[in-house]
Amino acid sequence: MPAKTTRRTPGRKLEHLPKKLTGITGFDEISLGGLPEGRTTLVCGDAGCGKTLFSVEFIVRGAMKFNEPGVFVAFEEKSEELAANVASLGFDLKELIRKKKIRIDHVHIERSEIEETGDYNLDGLFIRLKHAIDSIGARRVVLDTIESLFAGLQNETILRAELRRLFQWLKDKGVTAVVTAEKGNGTLTRQGMEEYVSDCVIVLDHRIANQVSTRRIRIVKYRGSLHGTNEYPFLIDEDGISILPVTSLTLDAKVSSARVSSGIPSLDAMLGGKGFYKGSSILISGTAGTGKTSMASAFVDAMCKKNKRCLFFAFEESSMQIMRNMQSIGIDLERHVNRGVLRFHASRPTLYGLEMHLVSIYKMIHEFKPEAVVLDPITNLITVGTVSDVKSILTRLIDFLQGRQITVLFTALALKDITSDQTEDTVSSLVDTWIMIREIEQNGERNKGLYIMKSRGIKHSMQVRELVISDKGLYLENVYLGPQGILTGSAREAHKLHERMELVLNEHAQTRKNKQIVRKAKDLEARIGTLRAEFESDKEELINERVEQKLKKRVEQENLGKMERLRGNQRPEVTTSKGKNHNKQG
Amino acid sequence: MKKEQLWELRLYVAGQTVKSATALNNLKKYCEKYLKGQYTIEVIDLLVTPQLAEGDQIFAIPTLVRKVPEPIRKIIGDLSNEEKVLVGLNIVPAK
Repeated sequence: MPAKTTRRTPGRKLEHLPKKLTGITGFDEISLGGLPEGRTTLVCGDAGCGKTLFSVEFIVRGAMKFNEPGVFVAFEEKSEELAANVASLGFDLKELIRKKKIRIDHVHIERSEIEETGDYNLDGLFIRLKHAIDSIGARRVVLDTIESLFAGLQNETILRAELRRLFQWLKDKGVTAVVTAEKGNGTLTRQGMEEYVSDCVIVLDHRIANQVSTRRIRIVKYRGSLHGTNEYPFLIDEDGISILPVTSLTLDAKVSSARVSSGIPSLDAMLGGKGFYKGSSILISGTAGTGKTSMASAFVDAMCKKNKRCLFFAFEESSMQIMRNMQSIGIDLERHVNRGVLRFHASRPTLYGLEMHLVSIYKMIHEFKPEAVVLDPITNLITVGTVSDVKSILTRLIDFLQGRQITVLFTALALKDITSDQTEDTVSSLVDTWIMIREIEQNGERNKGLYIMKSRGIKHSMQVRELVISDKGLYLENVYLGPQGILTGSAREAHKLHERMELVLNEHAQTRKNKQIVRKAKDLEARIGTLRAEFESDKEELINERVEQKLKKRVEQENLGKMERLRGNQRPEVTTSKGKNHNKQG
Repeated sequence: MKKEQLWELRLYVAGQTVKSATALNNLKKYCEKYLKGQYTIEVIDLLVTPQLAEGDQIFAIPTLVRKVPEPIRKIIGDLSNEEKVLVGLNIVPAK
């Protein structure tokens, strides 16, 4: 982290105590701006806890970053030894000394060479210090470790009086000083140095838990300034000291409403159709072999396809192993690695302590600047720390990532299949989206049931889906909820077959009925035809009858007329024609 | 006591303080008494030449350094204890 004054300093306008940035990663954050300027700070701790390194870094960073020359008064090590010791951290002391940025003054005190008789003072030290400071215009001074004086000199009364004078002198000189001291038994320092230094006291500590050592730093006292009071883990690596503050004491990371795909379209559909929020944290938990890594890979694949950089931290498998395994389900991660959008970082959790893991993660993120990070699986970290340690690490990691709008996906191995137990064990309360994969055992086979346990701010499906891992990738299947319960896998397939059969049968029955209807219609038509024919013949007959009757009536009338004529003497010509008709009828 | 030995002594002081004067007086007294004609005393005022302090690893004032004979010995303080000075300078072997 670049050194910067935190903008969250409350009451900043009223704060008058000027501070000097140390340039030590993370320290300026926890001290809200560095060490008190022009005052003396006491750094104490056990042997090997990093006191000398802290003070060297204070000087070296001051010279390199802030262009402030510094004097390092070494009571224990010679200049060359010191230069050699810090060379491994990439500090070129000799060059800095040559450029007059740093001056190392080795004060050698060897009791066997010294005889004390009578009164004396430490003016020699003062003069040397003054000369050193003036020769390079130093603004920073380190005395490491001043307790050597107690070992080398017998007259403690003089020594204590002189130390008091020394600290006052440093203050008057206006230099920002760091004094180191050994930790005492029950006291902060062996010689009670804290009596003399009242402005700022820092304690370094080195503890071992489960064979893994963790270094911690704490600001015990910082007069006139607010400061973080917690113990902060720190570590020493090739870049010197890195202190990892529980990044934000407040939750004020900016949020985004942009979405990123989970890499599984059907899962996106369950998550309101769009996937996860960018910059959110996702937990995929499940028992062994439920496809957690596959899901993580699918996510990474989707991100990389959109040219978004991803960082994959693998704690179980090597990168080659993951790439090979994912090839088998149609996810080609290798090409992303070759293109430089994906980077793997595989390490055994037991390689180093939790804090070191966190720092290596921080560092890689700083270096690679990914948009998504995968940690697979976080539960393996528990092997190097307690559950609460892991939780604290992850809290900080999530804070850190959210502050940078990096989406993070954790996988967690659940040892128990009971949800409530998992909630306690894992970090489920910290994450924004929690996807759980459960094994559903039925009919002699195991299938994977996927649940979205929670997803903050996303309208998500509450249904169980079956996660299917195929050669082509991952997809989700609807599970059947029937009277027998949830149907998955082959049971679901069987159910599907059954349904299909019913459908065919149904169709068949339908066509038969249709045919029947057609037949009936035809039948009806035929019957209508005959009836009509019958009706026609009846009608004809009736008409014929009527005509006959009419004819009969006319003939009868004609006959009557003829008869009358025959009785009387009527016209003959008419008689002939009528006579014929009459014959016919007869 | 080695008769032919030359004693090269250096007294580091810081300005003309009472302590420095006492130390120089004491030293001269002892030298006259035990090393007559065999010694040189160089008084170095660190206020004038502060760069010399580092060479002899001076941190206390006053400091008497026996440069020759080897090995280098240092005595800090105003040299008020005669016996200690003599032992420190290895003039009289410790009893």
